[in-house]
Amino acid sequence: MGLSIRALGITSTRSMRKDSVRKNSLQEKRSVRTRMLAEFWFYFAENRGAVIGLRVFALLVLLAIAAPLVAPLPPSEQYRDAFLTPPVWQEGGSWKFILGTDAVGRDILSRLIYGARFSLFIGLVVVTIAISGGVLLGLLAGYCRGVIDTLIMRIMDVILAFPSLLLALVMVAILGPGLLNAMIAIAIVLQPHFVRLTRASVLNEINRDYVTSARVAGAPPLYLITRTILPNCLSPIIVQGTLSFSTAILDAAALGFLGLGAQPPTPEWGTMLAEAREFILRAWWVVTFPGLAILLTVLAINLVGDGLRDALDPKLKKS
Amino acid sequence: MQLPARVYEVKELVVSNQPIISAVDLKRYYSVSKGLLRKAGVVKALDGVSFELAAGKTLAVVGESGCGKSTLARLVAMIEHASAGELLLDGKSVYSNKSASNKIGGNKIKLNSRETRQAVQVVFQDPYASLNPRHKIGTILEEPLALNSKMSAEQRRSRAESMMQRVGLRPEHYERYPHMFSGGQRQRIAIARAMILNPRVLVLDEPVSALDLSIQAQVLNLLAELQREFGLAYIFISHDLSVVRHIADYVMVMYLGKVVEAASVKVLFSEPRHPYTVALLSATPTTDSRVRKKRLTLKGELPSPLDPPDGCAFNPRCPNASKECRKEQPALKQAEDNSRQLACFHPMATQ
Repeated sequence: MGLSIRALGITSTRSMRKDSVRKNSLQEKRSVRTRMLAEFWFYFAENRGAVIGLRVFALLVLLAIAAPLVAPLPPSEQYRDAFLTPPVWQEGGSWKFILGTDAVGRDILSRLIYGARFSLFIGLVVVTIAISGGVLLGLLAGYCRGVIDTLIMRIMDVILAFPSLLLALVMVAILGPGLLNAMIAIAIVLQPHFVRLTRASVLNEINRDYVTSARVAGAPPLYLITRTILPNCLSPIIVQGTLSFSTAILDAAALGFLGLGAQPPTPEWGTMLAEAREFILRAWWVVTFPGLAILLTVLAINLVGDGLRDALDPKLKKS
Repeated sequence: MQLPARVYEVKELVVSNQPIISAVDLKRYYSVSKGLLRKAGVVKALDGVSFELAAGKTLAVVGESGCGKSTLARLVAMIEHASAGELLLDGKSVYSNKSASNKIGGNKIKLNSRETRQAVQVVFQDPYASLNPRHKIGTILEEPLALNSKMSAEQRRSRAESMMQRVGLRPEHYERYPHMFSGGQRQRIAIARAMILNPRVLVLDEPVSALDLSIQAQVLNLLAELQREFGLAYIFISHDLSVVRHIADYVMVMYLGKVVEAASVKVLFSEPRHPYTVALLSATPTTDSRVRKKRLTLKGELPSPLDPPDGCAFNPRCPNASKECRKEQPALKQAEDNSRQLACFHPMATQ
């Protein structure tokens, strides 16, 4: 399948090239975007790990969306005659609960499928908030320097000086418990990494000759920041973003464990993990499956992040 | 270095002698903090440089690294604001009245108009750093047009393609990224980008020193052709005297932020007077053994610009230095025979 997708990428770029030779302006305008997409896919598909990661991630997203259709049982239903049932392939397991049940008799598989919704949602929202805020502040600090730079960076240092979970805890305590507030708190805690990363890249790029030549060509500051500098700073930010995705899921789980994040019946992976901690020796499946789910998701996203970075970096492209 | 004969041809250009660009006592100081408790130092990167340059002419600026020639290039290209002095384009100051950032280290620059910015363009030394790695060649070339003109996408494309052809790139290069090109091709792209706004002055900051010798000649030829065709004025920063000798009309020798000798290329190369110029010229590799014996080699290094020596900045390394040189700074004056400007109390004798 990986091969077929690669082949598809090649043929589509080729056919697009043919299109561009034909000087049909209307068609050309439309084909520019598809050509860019096809080109992007061609380079992305060269990285097999990234394609696998993307497929796993897509599967997760599909599962999350179609959870009510896919899940065999309702996620919060307690089966009182089946506490801590082992998974189906172990002695005492049954096909009703494929991955077993937890301490109060809920089906783990169904909870995992529903949990994908929460975990992905948390990761997405947190990373979006953290990246947008962090990149904005980082660009500002790196481009303006001086007082603005000092001010932003010292505030970020203060945030970094606290243990991240403690700070999130304090913020949730102020904002009030709940998943949304937990997400905002985690986003603020993760933000300094993006600010620093962006600022460092901006400082690195801003004195390069190509930025100077854009200035000599008459580029106004906003154009310089968004069109010339920012695209060249994106690679590390994308990678950091995928890493933060996993941190966000884990932090949200920790907050849930402390009763400040997702509230108990919610089938959130981290909360499940936390709830099952005391059964780690007696019933391995209660802890293992949520943990595996988190691991798989994080791994898949990191692989996609790697592939994205490679595909977005023109230096790695061949002619 | 063997250069093809085309470069040697005398350029017969009918141009007015009215200078396009001129500098009056340009200065650029940087403040450098030496630590919390000590007073901030001032580096006089450029300390009073004046010149005039007419269309179709090339002014070469030579000197060791750290002598301020790149600072001069940045000032003339309007990348940085002068700390003092004036930069004139067609006799009018390029700075707008509002840009009062003459304070040391200030870098805000306001020009009097868009046209001023367009009239002076720059080609940098390192063609690997001067092209945006994320843009295709077409985008790179069209960027100045998109920013400065109201041309439609098709007009821009045809202008970019004709410019690509002019500098010797093929049309299919339009869709490629900079990293797919060799150094020489990249420098052609950089030149095309500088040329696309129809500038009148081109600042060339060591444009060939990062290139192979064989490529250097091609790029120099291209520059010479463009100059003839468009009547461009070049400010050519270099430390390679053999290149300067072939491309320049006038040469300015700089030492520690100041001009020590300026003359036409013929005069300067045939009878240099300033000891530093003599030393620079004799440092050029040559196969002629008679010349090699007479070499004047310099001892020591360029003094720290933070703490320049008293008197003439060159006195610690100068073979002719006297008491006077250690006390007083020689001013740049017209020499008696009017052939050059010279800043030296004890110039070398003419042969």
